[in-house]
Amino acid sequence: MSDERTEGMHWTCPVPRDVHATVQMAHGGGGRVMRRLIEGFFLPAFGATEPGSPPHDAAVLEVPGGRLAMTTDTFVVSPLFFPGGDIGKLAVYGTVNDLAMAGAKPLALSAGFILEEGLPLETLRRIVESMRRAADEAGVKIVTGDTKVVDRGKGDGIFINTAGIGLVGPNVDISPRRVRPGDAVLVSGDLGRHGIAIMSVREGLGFEAELESDCASLAGLVETLLDADPDVHCLRDLTRGGLAAALCEIADGAGVGIELDEASIPIIPPVAGACELLGLDPLYVANEGRLVAFVPVEAAQRTLEIMQAHPAAVQPAIIGRVTETHAGTVQVRTSFGAERIIDLLSGEQMPRIC
Amino acid sequence: MKYVDEYRNAEQVKQLAAMIRRQTTRPWNLMEVCGGQTNAIIRFGLDRLLPPEIRLIHGPGCPVCVTPIEMIDQAVAIASLSEVIFCSFGDMLRVPGSEKDLLTVKSEGADVRIVYSPMDAVALATANPDRDVVFFAIGFETTAPAVAMAIAQADRLGLDNFSALVSHVLVPPAICAVLDSPDNIVQGFLAAGHVCAVMGTWQYEPIARQYGVPIVVTGFEPLDILQGVALCIDQLENGRGEVAIQYTRCVQPEGNSVALAQIDKVFRTVPRKWRGIGEIPESGWALRHDFSRFDAAARFGVEGIRADEPAICLAGAVLQGHKRPFECPAFGRECTPETPVGAPMVSSEGACSAYYRYRLHELKQADGKQDSREGEP
Repeated sequence: MSDERTEGMHWTCPVPRDVHATVQMAHGGGGRVMRRLIEGFFLPAFGATEPGSPPHDAAVLEVPGGRLAMTTDTFVVSPLFFPGGDIGKLAVYGTVNDLAMAGAKPLALSAGFILEEGLPLETLRRIVESMRRAADEAGVKIVTGDTKVVDRGKGDGIFINTAGIGLVGPNVDISPRRVRPGDAVLVSGDLGRHGIAIMSVREGLGFEAELESDCASLAGLVETLLDADPDVHCLRDLTRGGLAAALCEIADGAGVGIELDEASIPIIPPVAGACELLGLDPLYVANEGRLVAFVPVEAAQRTLEIMQAHPAAVQPAIIGRVTETHAGTVQVRTSFGAERIIDLLSGEQMPRIC
Repeated sequence: MKYVDEYRNAEQVKQLAAMIRRQTTRPWNLMEVCGGQTNAIIRFGLDRLLPPEIRLIHGPGCPVCVTPIEMIDQAVAIASLSEVIFCSFGDMLRVPGSEKDLLTVKSEGADVRIVYSPMDAVALATANPDRDVVFFAIGFETTAPAVAMAIAQADRLGLDNFSALVSHVLVPPAICAVLDSPDNIVQGFLAAGHVCAVMGTWQYEPIARQYGVPIVVTGFEPLDILQGVALCIDQLENGRGEVAIQYTRCVQPEGNSVALAQIDKVFRTVPRKWRGIGEIPESGWALRHDFSRFDAAARFGVEGIRADEPAICLAGAVLQGHKRPFECPAFGRECTPETPVGAPMVSSEGACSAYYRYRLHELKQADGKQDSREGEP
């Protein structure tokens, strides 16, 4: 081809497409586009609980006699029932886990339902019963709620919002701002099960081994960790955007670098295989029952042992460390010594062609 | 994981890299043809294990990257019709057309769906007899057998609400186009393993002979790629230019006869326009006349839609190895995975996207550039 086109430095952007004029799916994808929505719309309108402090899964409010954590989450999953869980179980555990990530013991939840005209009541009953079982399991009560019905075609069967409050113990201070260079990074289990389980039923991929979502309460695990040693620096449950999104946010919020050893990151073969096949990176795939913990390096081994003894942790592992260098970024070291950057994606991962 | 871990063995990777360093006595430029190989090279940092004499040039083998902008415009025009369910592989949805990409059309109300196989689109057509189901058939020889099978299946089922927007491209003519370029610096090729699993290697023999270049059919894992490099360098250092197969666990010289028969039944060879490169003769497949009723471009009258790439996008130069992604002034500034100007920034197999994802931080450090992302609204 002619080099006239390549050598001129008079570059002007031919397609201005910087700003989306309407909401795109990527606005809910847990990546960079969603972060800009939060930073560009919600934070300016509502302000931050602790100005200058990096965002976290739940807000912690000082009240007379103690500290209260509060959070909310909305669930729009399709299909409503999937291997290892359903929208009701997710709605309870999602909010319980967000409270736990602030070091809070969950006390009570609210449940708001948006129901689509025509939803079988039997489906609703199954979901509600699943919510009650999940609440019992997590030791939390659903104490208030709300119901709205929308015209057929204006909802996807059922949407659920839950909000929750929890009590934060006296010596507990869990926040991205406490993450220090030298801290060890641990995960409580293998990655990517939820995302691949949902994708395989939603898209009818028909993998040979049925994979179950990791959907689970993390409140018990966090309570055990904090009972043993309250000096946990930061916790984050891994949801949309996976381990990668959680670590990018923390590296950015805490102004530190994070280095991972690829070989130590637990991923079970069916998830690794599905990701290879679809061209997805398991570090970006969603989880619903896994957390990442930042603890002082001298506490790492003991934290790992506590996790190993707890039923909510499956193949926990020490996967990396916090560094002073390359602040704000996450790097992975491959087993043969090369490094690569883990960056926040724009929206969701797209399966590749071949 | 079986069939993957053994090809990522750290000790063997290091040994192979050391062997390549020993066998290399002077500078060589190799092109890995396939985007899957580009991604693996950058993701695993394989280029950094090689001696400085060896330069890896990223080739045109990313289907998303080489699909011309006018095909995206045709896809957008068809997808916008209310009677249409438009089915595509996932990574095509964010490739910018002249005005819109398919995701934008979807947010405007079009029924655009990600499918994993062309057969899923046939199933959708069967299940939705009152809708027109269109499959966006792009890709190299790898995806073509499944598309051919879907078309043949739709034919057998007598479906009149299924069609395909076909933009298949072929590797051998692209290799010739690279070699024929007056600026060509490529001295040896790592050919695309999966393409050759379908097609075999017979098409590459005359190219290796005519141009005297080594063409090593190579896989996608770290050990595959380094072994492909070693085989290529061995030929170059010894003055040979032949076809060799590194990816023997998948590739037979004669190819997959069932797939080839299916392709031959449904497709004919045509000239095809490539993004940033222009038209290459005999470089694509279109439907044979017996199957022309499944041609979506004709059915929806979008054949006349023509468009040129943003004149300034360096995609063509990047896809032919004349420029590296970070040598483009738009890289990481106007052009990011979120706001792609050219297709190589979209697909995980695109060279620009691979550099952005895995190397942006150090590239920024190297030249002290401001990260444009921080300045965006």
